[in-house]
Amino acid sequence: MTQSKKNLEEVNIIIDEIFLDKSIKKHGNFLIPILQDIQESYRYLPEEFLIQVAERLQIPLIDVYGVATFYQSFGLIPKGEHIITICLGTACYIHGGTNMVDVLTKELNIKPGETTKDKKFTLETVNCLGCCAISPVMVIDNKIYGNLTRDKLRKVFYRFRENEEDLKQSEI
Amino acid sequence: MDNNFIKRTILICRGSGCNSMNAGIIHETLKKVIEEHNLLNQVEIKLTGCQGFCQYGPQLVVQPDNVLYVKLKPKDLNEIAEKHLKNNKIVKEFLYKDPKTGESIEKKDMIPFYSEQIPIIRKNCGIINPEEIDDYISVGGYDALKKVLNNYKPNEVIKELETSRLRGRGGGGFSTAMKWQFCLNNPSEIKYVIANGDEGDPGAFMDRSLLEADPHSVIEGMEICAYTIGASYGYLYVRAEYPLAIERLKIALAQAEEKGFLGENILGSDFNFKIELKKGAGAFVCGEETALMASIQGKRGMPRPRPPYPANSGLWGKPTNINNIKTYASIPPIILNGGKWFSSLGTKDASGTIVIALTGKINNSGLVEIPMGTTIRNLIYNIGGGIINNKKFKAIQTGGPSGGCIPEQFLDTPLDYQHLTDLGSIMGSGGFIVLDEDTCMVELARYFIKFTQNESCGKCTPCRIGTKRMLDILTKIVKGEGTIKDLEDLEKIANIVKNTSLCGLGQTAPNPVLTTIKYFRNEYEAHILNRKCPALVCENLIEYHIDQDLCTGCGLCKINCAVEAIEGEKKHLHNISQEICIKCGVCFSICSYKAIYKKTNEN
Repeated sequence: MTQSKKNLEEVNIIIDEIFLDKSIKKHGNFLIPILQDIQESYRYLPEEFLIQVAERLQIPLIDVYGVATFYQSFGLIPKGEHIITICLGTACYIHGGTNMVDVLTKELNIKPGETTKDKKFTLETVNCLGCCAISPVMVIDNKIYGNLTRDKLRKVFYRFRENEEDLKQSEI
Repeated sequence: MDNNFIKRTILICRGSGCNSMNAGIIHETLKKVIEEHNLLNQVEIKLTGCQGFCQYGPQLVVQPDNVLYVKLKPKDLNEIAEKHLKNNKIVKEFLYKDPKTGESIEKKDMIPFYSEQIPIIRKNCGIINPEEIDDYISVGGYDALKKVLNNYKPNEVIKELETSRLRGRGGGGFSTAMKWQFCLNNPSEIKYVIANGDEGDPGAFMDRSLLEADPHSVIEGMEICAYTIGASYGYLYVRAEYPLAIERLKIALAQAEEKGFLGENILGSDFNFKIELKKGAGAFVCGEETALMASIQGKRGMPRPRPPYPANSGLWGKPTNINNIKTYASIPPIILNGGKWFSSLGTKDASGTIVIALTGKINNSGLVEIPMGTTIRNLIYNIGGGIINNKKFKAIQTGGPSGGCIPEQFLDTPLDYQHLTDLGSIMGSGGFIVLDEDTCMVELARYFIKFTQNESCGKCTPCRIGTKRMLDILTKIVKGEGTIKDLEDLEKIANIVKNTSLCGLGQTAPNPVLTTIKYFRNEYEAHILNRKCPALVCENLIEYHIDQDLCTGCGLCKINCAVEAIEGEKKHLHNISQEICIKCGVCFSICSYKAIYKKTNEN
């Protein structure tokens, strides 16, 4: 079986699971939850999957594409293995959030929205994580780091890079 | 029996804020410490949601002593167990210290941050375990639902809300009783209830913390609404950026269903209601009600013109009641204590309380719930503990990117919908950001317009193009390239966008620009006429210099300068070359002797 065929089967499983979710079946619309699941599993929405979703849901591909390009959490190009998000909400912004972006732009050699060549890291910014009291804030793979300075940020990042799997945050 | 055997409960804050400051490790360590000290029979450890005082996390409260310990490290717990839990001696070292007097405050309620608060919406936050429905029930949870199902006709619920004068807590401030009445009046057999938890304003975290700390209060409020208007299906829409809130809501919904508070024949009545959790996909505009509904229907989250209002034609064209989650959380206390009680709090314009996320350059950042009508001064200087490093207050920004900046001369304004609207701002959902003298108001306006420009869905022209044009002009001004004509154009475009945009996003997007021009025109003029940034923020208009008297020649700045703009021998005065300097500010923040200073352009 080729890789892409195998993947398409996986997408069908995702679609079937959501079809089977009774609560959605009764009242809801499937498109966004399906795309969210694909995005979570593959870190982007591959073109052939979008075609498959349109076929299965019997809606025009343009509608699927329209939704896929509207929301920030969807992407049409693969994201890195780890996603680093810098908050640029107002509180983070006035406490120097843009400095944090500068540090990581330099360390990773990519701009926000881009992914490193080795596909390890994607750098993103977000408009607010609601952790304003401990601003500026960064998130690496759902773990929040607060009260950052340039130095603290570098420390956290280096430690993460060295020991990706088992990061124990101590006195940060 | 002596005092040594007081049965105590330790409430440990596990909101997102504290979690990110290692509350998880504190929690685990605490369990071990309690065991090691043989206190298992005397001390119960309870996980809670956000306790509000986020700046001082990780934190815990020892009850019944009512003692709050702040900024804890794992090693501190042994001492607390040994001294406080075993020997009833409060450990002063870990108490909150008043930033003005430096004195430690023992009792939580004596801390000004807490003493002025009247928690209604947040009454259970930080007190109950959000992952245990029994905890919610033990503080009177679902009693309001029982009361309504047993004793109230739909009309009577609305009557009670009318008496309470409750207005929507999402920002618009529309009468909740009227909204529900419209939906009730509609004869349709299918109706929907939606709770809007798509808290997108940067600088706001009231909804996140409420969902993390007391999810059942929102569920109960939605149920009472569903019963009143005659709906049997509801949606709880939450931002994808709030994973912990989503997790706790999932648990809460499952537990409510298991206990018979959700589902068929709720509490033995013929009332059926189900709630589906909807995770947002990242779009600020989805906080607007028609866009939010489009998103639930699986479409691009774009708003549509109103009328028809959701009460007549909402989700899938059916009558729909949509409220902010804080509005729903206000319902159970109103039902239990009566509309009169709620109405007695606050002002003529707005009853009850307002939940505020207080952040920015303020000593006590966190969540507060205060009666409507509290003055801004009281909020900042008493509850908030004043400005960080005793700097000068410049403005308070309310209502996020839809709101405005309120300057010093209005510090004694009472907080309610009308007063804030009169000043050109809005109440919004409650994100308040305090700005000090180091904030450039022009740059701040640019920041907000960049945000709304980015989040504009592009459907209507004024918002799509107007925000872009405003951003262009503001960018020009902060670079020192603006003209007085630009300022006139900016004001004109702002007014057009405000008056002609399709939805709330565009209609309110110019507020930060209009209020900063109104109250801080001198700052705009300084940027334009003198090419100066008085707050020393805008890169193009400032220079970094080294103070000859303070520089010790340590060389720290030189090593850290990325562009090698700093020269000087070790132990001799250093100097910054203005031609090479890119104004990144690293040297300024790194210098141990505060020898580096900023000044605005000479010419």
